[in-house]
Amino acid sequence: MDAKPLPKSDDGPVTGRPTVAVHKFTSCDGCQLAFLNLGDDLLTLAGLVDIRHFAEAGMVDPEAQVDIAFVEGSITTPDEYERIRRIRASSRFLVALGACATAGGLQALRNLNGLTQEWMAGIYATPAYIRTLETSTAISTHVKVDLELWGCPVNGRQVLGAVRALLFGVLPEREHDKVCLECKRERAVCVMVARGIPCMGPVTLSGCGALCPRFGRDCYACYGPAENANTAALGRRLAGLGLPPEAAAHRFHFINNGAPAFLEAGRRAAEGGFDDG
Amino acid sequence: MAEERDIRINVPVLARVEGEGSLHLRIQGGRIAELGLRIFEPPRLFEKFLVGRDCREVPDMVARICGICPVAYQMSAVHAIESILEIDPGPWVRAMRRLLYCGEWIESHSLHIHLLAAPDFLGFGSAPEMAKVHPAEVRRGLRLQAAGNEIIRVLGGRSVHPVGVCIGGFHHAPAPEAMRELLARLRGVLPDAEELVDWCARLGAGGAQRRLTCLALRHPAEYPMNEGRLTTGDGLDFGSSEFDRHIEEFQVPHSTALHALLHGEPYLVGPLARLNLNRDHLPVAVRQVMDSAGVRLPSHDMFHSMSARAVEILYALHEAIRLLETYEPAQRSAAEYRPRAGIGYSATEAPRGVLWHRYEIDADGRIVDARIVPPTSQNQACIEADLRASLEDQGLERPESELRALAEKVIRNYDPCISCATHFLDLTVDRL
Repeated sequence: MDAKPLPKSDDGPVTGRPTVAVHKFTSCDGCQLAFLNLGDDLLTLAGLVDIRHFAEAGMVDPEAQVDIAFVEGSITTPDEYERIRRIRASSRFLVALGACATAGGLQALRNLNGLTQEWMAGIYATPAYIRTLETSTAISTHVKVDLELWGCPVNGRQVLGAVRALLFGVLPEREHDKVCLECKRERAVCVMVARGIPCMGPVTLSGCGALCPRFGRDCYACYGPAENANTAALGRRLAGLGLPPEAAAHRFHFINNGAPAFLEAGRRAAEGGFDDG
Repeated sequence: MAEERDIRINVPVLARVEGEGSLHLRIQGGRIAELGLRIFEPPRLFEKFLVGRDCREVPDMVARICGICPVAYQMSAVHAIESILEIDPGPWVRAMRRLLYCGEWIESHSLHIHLLAAPDFLGFGSAPEMAKVHPAEVRRGLRLQAAGNEIIRVLGGRSVHPVGVCIGGFHHAPAPEAMRELLARLRGVLPDAEELVDWCARLGAGGAQRRLTCLALRHPAEYPMNEGRLTTGDGLDFGSSEFDRHIEEFQVPHSTALHALLHGEPYLVGPLARLNLNRDHLPVAVRQVMDSAGVRLPSHDMFHSMSARAVEILYALHEAIRLLETYEPAQRSAAEYRPRAGIGYSATEAPRGVLWHRYEIDADGRIVDARIVPPTSQNQACIEADLRASLEDQGLERPESELRALAEKVIRNYDPCISCATHFLDLTVDRL
């Protein structure tokens, strides 16, 4: 018997009691905590939707067909490469959750130098026992993603907003500001202007509430690149503040190093390409 | 039973363990001939990509090893690096780091008890399912978890991957009003924590009684978090710089993780080990609750680890309240320093047990070498030994479903935070 064809993401709102799955790939588990830290709202959510698979919360049915599949983590093993395809085929909406799923995560630093095998040998006596890919990549590298929630980690507001919107058959309103704007709204003093601290706020997507500048420290871009991020202008500013090329490159090649805008800007910074006065 | 059984309890995804695992048993002549706990956690190679980074970037990087215990990784890292840079951050920073760690213990232990382990003990598939029958108990747990998260949020901006910690101290000193609100909230959940100790004590024992070698930090004056020497309580005592002379970490083909052995033997780290070795440092108020609940120490029954976590939640709440009662914002929230070459070590008490870091940095403050030994890989050998003993005790002729349920409970007692085990491998070996 063939399974009934699953409605697709453009088929309109979900009817009946919606089904949800939370899947883990290569990650720290921190984005799943956006659900597990919801408190009472977690119990409310479990009543509103049918959580079919969420191993960390006790529900196990990895092959379940669901309306919304949340995917945490990046693709780093041959098994994960296969598994994400099966999940795509059995979900109506697929939501990539956090920096690992949207950009490959901090562990995508291995992609920069092609040293994965050498690094494996440096840690494991018999690396042949371990199957791992050369790269750590975002979910969208492999399958169609309906919605990306950026952040390291994502927060409860983001995941609940996504569930609500998707159940109505629409995509949630996207963050599109830069952290600088959030900073102004929060009336935080600009750490770069006031104290000369190299800050990633001008190129980073909003959504965190400008946590770092409010704490008097630099933004380190854990929410990833904003749309139309002017990385060249920031690159020149970082050089102007006295950051050597390697240090400036590290600012871009950090939590979201695999995001194309940061990957490219970091490479240019490393070559001293922004250091033109 | 003389019959030979070959059971693969393949739990492709082991529910409520962060990460995935499966267990393979080979039973011959009524004994376990072979036992392999497989845990699938792809390597992320943190120790390698830390090399070449500025040491100031390390706290924000290592936090990403574990979303449930990021504070522990930040704490071991800053202490190790500060020992190289010869920084003494002073009493304010010391107190605030202790407060931050209290938050993580409360959050992590509450999460484990209510969302991960208690459903096992009471026969539910998940916490939301358990909440239909025990709503007050689940909500009590969620309140405690939220209170722990709130401590981390006040000091670090958010509870997962907090942004407050830096080498030398904190980026930011919270305002007194924020700390007063936090204090009131923590006082409000003290009765919850007291009830929890009683409740966990009634969840019962039932594990295999065997001699466990416990390893934990020991501090002369206080219950250990950030400071102290490592001890087993029977004469072995060493500083964090001697860790790798006593503990050997190695890859085991039949298993999936780097195992760690203490002088060649399995050992236990974590709440029960800590409590067994440091119960004399608990304040009277905590001991009274413990005594009236019937929690007896020392215990070598891993099923008592639930009670140990509850006692530590109560302790951490008392300690956080004590630290907040005298809070004043610092003039300077972080000590200043200059880069300096050297090698530094630190062991701190993560919620799941001893977390050891070693860093070598160059004269410009760049990481030359990094080593991290998380608690879960230290407990791995102990988990396997416990599984072997517990399953044999219960009778191997039992149906697979019962063996599986018991095995899951045994494993979960160790609260193995699989993604915090930076070394867990996705291993494929033919075991037959």
